[in-house]
Amino acid sequence: MQGVSHSYFGRKVLDGIGFSIGEGEVVSLVGPSGSGKSTIAHIAAGLITPRSGRITRGYRHHAMVFQEPRLMPWATVAGNIAFPLKMAHVPRETRVSRVLAAALAAGLMPEDLDKYPVELSGGMRQRSAIARALVTEPDFLYFDEPFTALDVALKRRMQDLVIAAAAAARFSALFITHDLMEAIRISHRILVLDPMGQGITGERIIAGDPATRSEPSVFAQREAFLGEDPLFAHIHDLDERLRP
Amino acid sequence: MIRAVTDRLSRLGRFLWSAWAGLAGLCLLAALWQLGHEAYGSFILPAPLETLQAASALIREGEAQALLWLTSLRAALGFALAAVIGTVAGVIAGYSPAILRLSRPVLTVVIGVPPIAWIVLAIIWFGASMMTVALTIVISGTPVVFMGAVEGVTTRDRGLDAMAEVFGAGPIRRFTHIASRQIAAHLLPALVLALGSAFKVAVMAELLSNAGGVGGALARARSMLDISGAMAWVLLAVAVLIVAEYAVLRPIQAELERWREAARPWGVKH
Repeated sequence: MQGVSHSYFGRKVLDGIGFSIGEGEVVSLVGPSGSGKSTIAHIAAGLITPRSGRITRGYRHHAMVFQEPRLMPWATVAGNIAFPLKMAHVPRETRVSRVLAAALAAGLMPEDLDKYPVELSGGMRQRSAIARALVTEPDFLYFDEPFTALDVALKRRMQDLVIAAAAAARFSALFITHDLMEAIRISHRILVLDPMGQGITGERIIAGDPATRSEPSVFAQREAFLGEDPLFAHIHDLDERLRP
Repeated sequence: MIRAVTDRLSRLGRFLWSAWAGLAGLCLLAALWQLGHEAYGSFILPAPLETLQAASALIREGEAQALLWLTSLRAALGFALAAVIGTVAGVIAGYSPAILRLSRPVLTVVIGVPPIAWIVLAIIWFGASMMTVALTIVISGTPVVFMGAVEGVTTRDRGLDAMAEVFGAGPIRRFTHIASRQIAAHLLPALVLALGSAFKVAVMAELLSNAGGVGGALARARSMLDISGAMAWVLLAVAVLIVAEYAVLRPIQAELERWREAARPWGVKH
């Protein structure tokens, strides 16, 4: 996937956005709330048609984990996880084993598969959403602030889950987040979006592999970024009155 | 497979058990009815038991079955037409804001015209026939179904649409897999309402157009001042409606709403 650049809507929400993600690379896109991060992910995934710009997708197929789990309330967990397989015309017989494998990879238990989303906690619902994204074995994953609504402990466990899955399946990913700590833990590279959506202001490569990164180093990196790096000076700026 | 069967059996059992409450309510109604009978006498208000006997006599005579069948058939025809037209038009209007805006005032006019006016028009156009009854039902039932379908389409969760699109579902599969379930949740209550009105309007149209059926029998009972006969016919018509509703529509609704059942505390499975 190379070279994405757009402006979008009559009011320019995003302008001159361009970046590329390499094979097997997990890239985080950070920026303050309302800077248009989610819109970029939705444009890249083809959910929104940009007003201008060009997107080249080098991957075979993608999946997405949304901010809310977006599970179908009328289907069981198994039915929800099987949905992408159904859309990809995977024969019914092979679906069951693949659903089970994806559910286990996302930390669900086999007995959870027959439950409906209303019977699950928030964390379990997000696990189901991750299992649904992993089930087709995509080579590119979009994460649109997937763990924002979860509490701190749960968030860390979900991040570990994503790190492990990325290490095992070698997919590339675009991870949208406003949490710098999360970005440092999870990704190979961090892109910083301009607070007004006017381009990518810069990028930082995080040393080492996410799977082998130690907690103190993640924490030290965050301190270094926030304390010394001018690129991250505006990351926690937030004036919700300025932008709708 | 076995679990699916036992789940449904337990649901049926719970439903049948809850019928006791319904029965208690009906008995209360019958008690009030009896009170009225004792205050005003048999000529004004025949006793409930008397009415039941009259109803069972009507059924045993055999003629009643044919009349009930005829009325049910007319109601079913009208209801089916209203359901199909209302659903198709409602879904189209739900997806197209322009059509919805155009159809709102038309709907207001159609709902505003009393059913009795449509019966008169239909009698002029079609005479005392099946068509008169069916047309009246279609006109009274379609707006209800239409609004249900529109509501279902417009209040659907667009997040689920985007989700399905990410996983490669085109517009048609997004409708069949995602939107249709959400539309059904709004549509079925509307269909229950339309079915009830179909029976009521069928009897009314038959009575006024002299087209036979239960309405025709009611008209005859009135002219002969046969109060217990009239009450018996009302009883039978209501009984048929209840059977139609609980044998056809409610099971479909229960099947589609299984997940809501799971959310209830006594439905939680471990």
